Amino acid sequence: MYKYNDFDTAFLAERNAQFRAQVERRIDGSLTEDEFKPLRLMNGLYLQLHAYMLRVAIPYGTLNSDQMRTLALLAEKWDKGYGHFTTRQNIQYNWPKLRDVPDMLDALAEVGLHAIQTSGNTIRNVTSDHFAAAAKDELTDPRPYAELIRQWSTDHPEFQFLGRKFKIAITGSSTDRAVTKAHDIGLRMVERDGVAGFEVIVGGGLGRTPLIGKVIRDYLPQADLLPYLESVLAVYNLLGRRDNKYKARIKITVLENGIDTIREMVEERFEERRKAFDGTDQQLLEEIKAHFTPPKLRGGNVETYLTAYDADPVFRSWADTNLAAHRDDNHAIVTISIKAHGQTPGDATAAQMRGMADLAEEFGYNELRISHEQNVILPHVHKSDLPALHAKLKEHGLATANVGLISDIIACPGMDYCALATARSIPVAQEIASRFDELKLEHDVGHLQIKISGCINACGHHHVGHIGILGLDRAGVENYQITLGGDATETAAIGTRTGPGFAYDEIVPAVERLITAYLSLRDSAEETFLQTYRRVGMDPFKAALYPEAQKKVA
Amino acid sequence: MPRPFTPKIITANDLLEGDVIYFTDTNSWSRELQEAELIEDEAEAQLRLLEAEKDALRVVGIYLTDAKSGDNGPEPTHFREDFRRTGPSNYRHGKQEAAANV
Ligand code: HEM
Ligand code: SF4
Repeated sequence: MYKYNDFDTAFLAERNAQFRAQVERRIDGSLTEDEFKPLRLMNGLYLQLHAYMLRVAIPYGTLNSDQMRTLALLAEKWDKGYGHFTTRQNIQYNWPKLRDVPDMLDALAEVGLHAIQTSGNTIRNVTSDHFAAAAKDELTDPRPYAELIRQWSTDHPEFQFLGRKFKIAITGSSTDRAVTKAHDIGLRMVERDGVAGFEVIVGGGLGRTPLIGKVIRDYLPQADLLPYLESVLAVYNLLGRRDNKYKARIKITVLENGIDTIREMVEERFEERRKAFDGTDQQLLEEIKAHFTPPKLRGGNVETYLTAYDADPVFRSWADTNLAAHRDDNHAIVTISIKAHGQTPGDATAAQMRGMADLAEEFGYNELRISHEQNVILPHVHKSDLPALHAKLKEHGLATANVGLISDIIACPGMDYCALATARSIPVAQEIASRFDELKLEHDVGHLQIKISGCINACGHHHVGHIGILGLDRAGVENYQITLGGDATETAAIGTRTGPGFAYDEIVPAVERLITAYLSLRDSAEETFLQTYRRVGMDPFKAALYPEAQKKVA
Repeated sequence: MPRPFTPKIITANDLLEGDVIYFTDTNSWSRELQEAELIEDEAEAQLRLLEAEKDALRVVGIYLTDAKSGDNGPEPTHFREDFRRTGPSNYRHGKQEAAANV
């Protein structure tokens, strides 16, 4: 993975020293909150409902064991013993004290981590496929490009004061695990005449106007990546609305001007900008690539794995849900669920983080990933190690076999932490997971993504959930709207609203009715919820959700 | 037609801790909503807000919010303020934790 060079290290040290001085000046009264707020936001420090919140970037979701241990240290020393992994490959600490934040940032810098551009109207943390460099279906490792974009965008003078925040996601696989179509810019590696380049998608996004991005370039040569991105951002900077915060995203620019106009303008600028690039970026890319050489995978047979798979049903059930195909047949990609039934989705304790760091060292070539689905991944594990790994995960309470199932819920912090929320998300997720665990239906129901947001900003991705739940405030009480049919993959789709929302104590039973309806509607156990929905449409689900309304019609 | 004024309290977060705090009738800040000053008059509310804002260097995000009179002092009328006075639902953190430590 990418190692900070002297320049990067010095840059972080200087940034942190600056911030330390700013915090001092706020505390001694020389800075007002109005002066200090933009400075703290530039360093990932928010003020939330009950306390401050520090958001730390995990670039393209990749960590080594030392970095994970530092995340644990922060949780233990300066927070309440846990951290919250988000849908944007960040970790959030919910209880830091203002005075401690500079120390936290210094500790992070020691292992090459930071909180820069995790807030503000800039290019945010570039996210990527959490199975990068391990997935069987991958064309090229997308992370060197993500790192190139990060270096180019960090403190880029032209893009520090955009109309709004700007999010880029990149994938190197045909299966989209990075939700590229719901980002300001999505980049997908594609091949033309045997040469890998990018399909460029712009104008996707969730929030109050959810939109699927449009292809602006079906093939961009790799060497043109930065000048092309610059051109897209320059056009957005020029045309993007600034009169209304909600209309300031590039998705609205694309919607209002049309993709063809945007494309023409981008191509025009691209012609000029490309000339300014003298190849330094390509040299840099080569240097970056050298840091992403894949681990030397070891050989050996997989007997222990096959034996355990046959003999131990608990191991088998975990292997069936939590493993994914690795490009090397003797290895597997392991997703560690941090969604134990009834726990807060995405939370890990300091002890669990350390445990995962140790396991990555022992079994996983020292690599960890954070997924946008709020889980942790060991991308390379030799299959013969899986039984031992599974046993140790159990000791840490990390062996829940539910990846991709109904309790593997994405939930934003909602009104339990977030100042923007209109209702809670976390307890709803906890109750759904516990309920289906009680019913022992989870494995029978199969692949199903429930995603919950506590307000229309849609951090919890509800628009692209097979079942999406949006928490709202209806006349001073929590109310939950359901959408169906959303999809976060390469066949991305925005879900459709079912009808009136449900009160807090009605939402779990409503989800249960949806699942019961699905179980009776599906063709076979192989037909997933999403497939059934696509085949039968909304009506039978609506009937299950609103039985009273049906009676009135009849 | 202007909406009738409803009683208010003044709330903010502590600068150093981030903790939720309330403005009292003795011009100090308390961690307990019950100790907040309940302001029944609209003009008075604006004056009290100005008074509270004198502390803007020590506190963050001062605002007026609805409350009603209860048996032991003011109570929230909206669930958001109810959560702010207690803490998150998933752990007994925030004010719930402080209470548990007594
Ligand atoms: C707790 C403090 C947070 C604040 C104040 C916050 C703020 C916001 C705002 C204002 C938006 C709307 C942007 C727009 O579309 O105009 C948004 C969207 C989003 N946020 Fe957050 N957020 C918070 C936490 C999170 C968390 C915990 C996650 C991940 C779980 C997250 C990831 C996202 C994502 C993925 C979007 C999607 C909308 C999009 O840009 O298309 N945020 N957030
Ligand atoms: S969806 Fe809304 S409530 Fe949830 S984290 Fe995002 S901004 Fe906060």
